[in-house]
Amino acid sequence: MGTDPSGFAATDQPMVKAENVHKRFGRLEVLKGVDLEVKPREVTVMLGPSGSGKSTFLRCINHLEKINGGRLWVDGELVGYRQQGDKLHELKENEVARKRAEIGMVFQRFNLFPHMTALGNVIEAPMRVKGTRKADAIERARELLGQVGLADKADVYPAQLSGGQQQRVAIARALAMDPKLMLFDEPTSALDPELVGDVLDAMRKLAENGMTMIVVTHEMGFAREVGSHLVFMDQGTVVEEGRPSEVFANPRHERTRAFLSRIL
Amino acid sequence: MTETATRPAERVPPPETVKAVPVRHPGRWVAAAVIALLVAMFVHMLVTNKAFQWRFMFDNMFRPPVIEGVRTALLVTILAMIIGVTLGIVIAVMRLSPNPILSGAAWVYTWFFRAVPRIVLLVLFGNLGILYARYEVGLPFDHQIGNLFGIDFSARIFGLDARTVVTGFVAGLLGLALSEAAYMAEIVRAGIQSVDPGQQEAAQACGMGRGVTLRRIVLPQAMRVIIPPTGNETIAMLKDSALLAFVPVTNELFFQLQAIGARTFRVFPMLVAACLWYLAMTSVLMIGQYFLERYFSRGFGTGGRQAGARMRVGSVGHGH
Repeated sequence: MGTDPSGFAATDQPMVKAENVHKRFGRLEVLKGVDLEVKPREVTVMLGPSGSGKSTFLRCINHLEKINGGRLWVDGELVGYRQQGDKLHELKENEVARKRAEIGMVFQRFNLFPHMTALGNVIEAPMRVKGTRKADAIERARELLGQVGLADKADVYPAQLSGGQQQRVAIARALAMDPKLMLFDEPTSALDPELVGDVLDAMRKLAENGMTMIVVTHEMGFAREVGSHLVFMDQGTVVEEGRPSEVFANPRHERTRAFLSRIL
Repeated sequence: MTETATRPAERVPPPETVKAVPVRHPGRWVAAAVIALLVAMFVHMLVTNKAFQWRFMFDNMFRPPVIEGVRTALLVTILAMIIGVTLGIVIAVMRLSPNPILSGAAWVYTWFFRAVPRIVLLVLFGNLGILYARYEVGLPFDHQIGNLFGIDFSARIFGLDARTVVTGFVAGLLGLALSEAAYMAEIVRAGIQSVDPGQQEAAQACGMGRGVTLRRIVLPQAMRVIIPPTGNETIAMLKDSALLAFVPVTNELFFQLQAIGARTFRVFPMLVAACLWYLAMTSVLMIGQYFLERYFSRGFGTGGRQAGARMRVGSVGHGH
């Protein structure tokens, strides 16, 4: 199931690399030195109690949050900054936007654009950001909506879709930009239990097609079956990481053990 | 499981329709009687009081200068609202900008134009000709700097005579539009702030910049909140167009009706005519507002195209 880590060449550049990442909100320190590597085509699942900093870390990766300390790279490039000599320069807004365009993100509460149809949601960014021609964008959008099983819902507004359908449209919207990395921030937490399966299936298909994914979730089944790398976070640091099957079978750290025993 | 399945539906009789004595509303009957009486008294006054001079009023309220006044009122309303809304959006965006100079300037603008009464503003604009006979655009303090170095230095780009630029109409229009922009800025700001911050995040995560996000994602959603008060503003503007009479603008509706009243010494019928004209024009605007609200509420509520603009979302659970 999981990809064999030894299958990667040693020269493989990590898709995401974090070194001692710190993030504060006022006086509250949310990330206290996160070190992490995500290899291409890997599905990294992040677990941990709420408030452990998983979502914040995810938002740092596409610079929705600015980090206060440490270094963070996506595909070999610093996030939000440019290094010249030993000086860091903040990136301009359009440069940040250009980098965000290469990273797809799916939110817990979908955040679909309510004034646009499902199709409108999917074609908006390619047309406005990449300058894709409308006909091409529509063709690609229909293909993507088909992939997530919503080919017949193209002309429906989000309010008329179920939560699970909305989240799948959100996945299609993120994929429309042909991202090299997909971030999922608790994609099934706001869904009715019977709707979770469809969303997880869409994500599983994506993983099988080789998408690099970082998934913050509480779905243990998904973590075990689809995840190739598991990261357990608590109180702003990475406590333990490894292959999901191994971490689930014998967690080495006390806090991981306590968390898993409460959730499984 | 099997028990419930074997119990056929026909054995259960269809539920009996509820028959109950409805709650009586004696208060409604009393209210209806009182109101009917008051309306009858009002109609009695309209019909019997000779001072209304209905014949004279209808003969005069459609005369060409009055119609011209109606046209002016509508034109000023439309132009002032177009300028006011456009400028208001710009000021609202400035106000929300992270740049402190821009947001400060927007605050000062709003503060000034909301503080000065419209009628004062209009009379002031009408008298701008007193300040300068000519308006010129160029570098500030050019003559003073020239004198400092003892040369004749002038850096004016172009100039116009005050009387050709600031006619009464333009002065009035400007006063109304600038003051409207201040109110619209506050309405637009409230609208923008009512949009879920998750929308902006989602747009940014897709790689959209600030401009595109504002234009394509935030403003269209803010419109749903902005439109109803803007409709009210438009109606208020139509009524405030009567203030042009004090600039003065002579081909304005209220000015014309009053002029007829003054000339014929029959003041009251012309005031009633003014009421009727503004009533008629406002009613037309209200119809327009209804359709606008319906358009911008699309995608909200399960009905998609229902006209439920004033209803808060969220309460709409399952629709039909």
